Amino acid sequence: MQDPIKTGLANGWKHIDASTLARSQTVEADVVIVGTGAGGGVTADILSDAGLRVVLIEEGPLRSSSDFRMREADAYPELYQESASRKTADKAVNILQGRCVGGSTTVNWTSSFRTPPEVFDFWQRQFGLRQLSVESMSSWFAVMEHKLWVRSWDTPPNQNNQVLVAGAEKLGIPVAGIKRNVKGCWNLGYCGMGCPTNAKQSMLLTTIPAALNRGATLYTRLRAERLRFNGSRVSALDCMALQPDGIHPAGKRVQLRARHFVVAGGAIGSPALLMRSGIPDPYRLLGKRTFLHPVVISSALMPARVDAYAGAPQSIYSDYFLHRAPIDGPLGFKLETPPLHPVLYATTLQGFGEAHARLMREFTHVNALLALLRDGFHPESRGGQVRLGSDGLPVLDYPLGDVIWEGARRALLAMAEIQFAAGARWVTPVHETSPGYSSWAEAKKGIAELPLKPFLCRVVSAHVMGGCGMADTPQRGVVDHRGRHFWLGNLSVHDGSVFPTSLGANPQLSIYGLVARNASLLAAELSGRPPPVIP
Amino acid sequence: MILSRRQFIQTGLAGSLVLSFAGWLNAAGARRLSAAEREMLAALCSALLDGALPKDTEQRRQLVALTVDGIATAVAGLSLASQKELGELFGLLVLAPARLLLAGVGKPWREASVAEVSEFLQDWRSSRLGLLQSAYGALHDLTFGAWYARADTWEAIGYPGPPRGYF
Repeated sequence: MQDPIKTGLANGWKHIDASTLARSQTVEADVVIVGTGAGGGVTADILSDAGLRVVLIEEGPLRSSSDFRMREADAYPELYQESASRKTADKAVNILQGRCVGGSTTVNWTSSFRTPPEVFDFWQRQFGLRQLSVESMSSWFAVMEHKLWVRSWDTPPNQNNQVLVAGAEKLGIPVAGIKRNVKGCWNLGYCGMGCPTNAKQSMLLTTIPAALNRGATLYTRLRAERLRFNGSRVSALDCMALQPDGIHPAGKRVQLRARHFVVAGGAIGSPALLMRSGIPDPYRLLGKRTFLHPVVISSALMPARVDAYAGAPQSIYSDYFLHRAPIDGPLGFKLETPPLHPVLYATTLQGFGEAHARLMREFTHVNALLALLRDGFHPESRGGQVRLGSDGLPVLDYPLGDVIWEGARRALLAMAEIQFAAGARWVTPVHETSPGYSSWAEAKKGIAELPLKPFLCRVVSAHVMGGCGMADTPQRGVVDHRGRHFWLGNLSVHDGSVFPTSLGANPQLSIYGLVARNASLLAAELSGRPPPVIP
Repeated sequence: MILSRRQFIQTGLAGSLVLSFAGWLNAAGARRLSAAEREMLAALCSALLDGALPKDTEQRRQLVALTVDGIATAVAGLSLASQKELGELFGLLVLAPARLLLAGVGKPWREASVAEVSEFLQDWRSSRLGLLQSAYGALHDLTFGAWYARADTWEAIGYPGPPRGYF
């Protein structure tokens, strides 16, 4: 298997692993981009294509297909924030988020959805974002879908996804196939540990190589610490080199000067960088309205083998429960499936001792369903708040309130009913006091009475959004519809942190499309070339 | 003892006072696991993994030691803030008074039975204090993560491991 990253490095890509720097340095560029995930990658591609000198800053390491050995023990510490155990401040929500070149796009499960129409409508009504609509964005999504091979996945779903199909169909609940950004996918099921066959068209394999081929510079193991600004302009970014462990400071510093600065560190990292820098925030919006798509999980034992570790992990979804009520009513949820690998499943599963071991012995027969709750639309669903810990690094407070739990209960009921309809012999919510149920009637009664509280009911997240929300005015947003900061003229935010609500869909394509638009507008401005033809 | 274990644990103020005191004791931050911490973690692993561990005492001891090594590696891979928090938790659990009052385990960890340790874990798991629930969650995740990260644990659950072939 050829490793295109190793080939690119051999051909002279400018990659600097900051853990190896012999001395501190100062670097000049046209544009500095903080972060190499969905937002940073697309920005680097488009700006470098306009002839701009681009420098990318990444806190994580550069890893590629020859490193991706499909082992959780290697992948989680190497490729994820906090070894895949990033938590909210009270530890009640576990967050899966990438921390490597390509960001979460290197480790996501490839699910690709355009921003739903009702979300654009809500943003227009509530945040004055009239420039963003299904119509105005459709070309941008099409461009990125083409570039990243986002297609229908025609291979039959794996057994884990097939349970969702079978159960939902029996109950008359519509399901559909998920489009995936893959090219020649081997259907192995290890997307979450980095694609070993270079099929996933992540930023690692597409936009970042394109930018590096045009002479962009990539720094890894470099943490963006503070933006320096004078009046209404950012003048420099101060960064701190990390040791090869990615944890301890290496003692060297890098200062970057540029005409323009793009922050794309994700919805926890980006607001934190702006907060550390003391960027003007007169309406106290920074880090607020951070959304997670809080996920609850239902685990079922099926009569036949499921082998949920094998095959494309997420290929079927249902939006039926997103459309049962108005978007700002009781929380709707999207149904999907997760891949199950031993560490991910064993750490998520409730209980210990013999009870836990007994469930683990049935590992190959387990089906799991996920419900992603659509937070940020109901008036009482205001999300969480990023603040800075004593070490200056971000902490996310995300209170799990009644609105979330009410939705969680409906979701656990819906998933159990689907699993029993698909033939499950036993179903349990991932919940510390659930005894598990042998029939839908029993589950219906049991789940209705289950105490839903932090720690008792397992809640996880893989989609962090918001915190630098966009709006039409600085009274209700940190940036405008182009991602431009309201107070500092040469500062943009290009990532999921600009979403003023969650999405009700896996966010990668929403970020790709919006950032393709905003990076194109920025490229035109900075290069003096005509703006893009697409509206 | 004037307060029963359960009363003590459920006295929120006392619980957080002890934890913040332990935090002060461990203000130095991340460090290697001490021998006492390894003993404590071995006792917890023995209870958490009961059912997955073999009955044979010597085999069990070796596998528990490997799991404790795995926990140490996992902790060292976390952010300094998380390492400090876990260091506080571990440092607290090896203090005899805290073990007795907060965990309710009367014997030194190496002498505590699976049943006694399980009772403590169950108390924290169902505690009304979020701090103790989250501590249980951390111990649960670290232990099961370290156990199932090892390929020799996969056969028992029927997981064939990652596909092999042309890569």
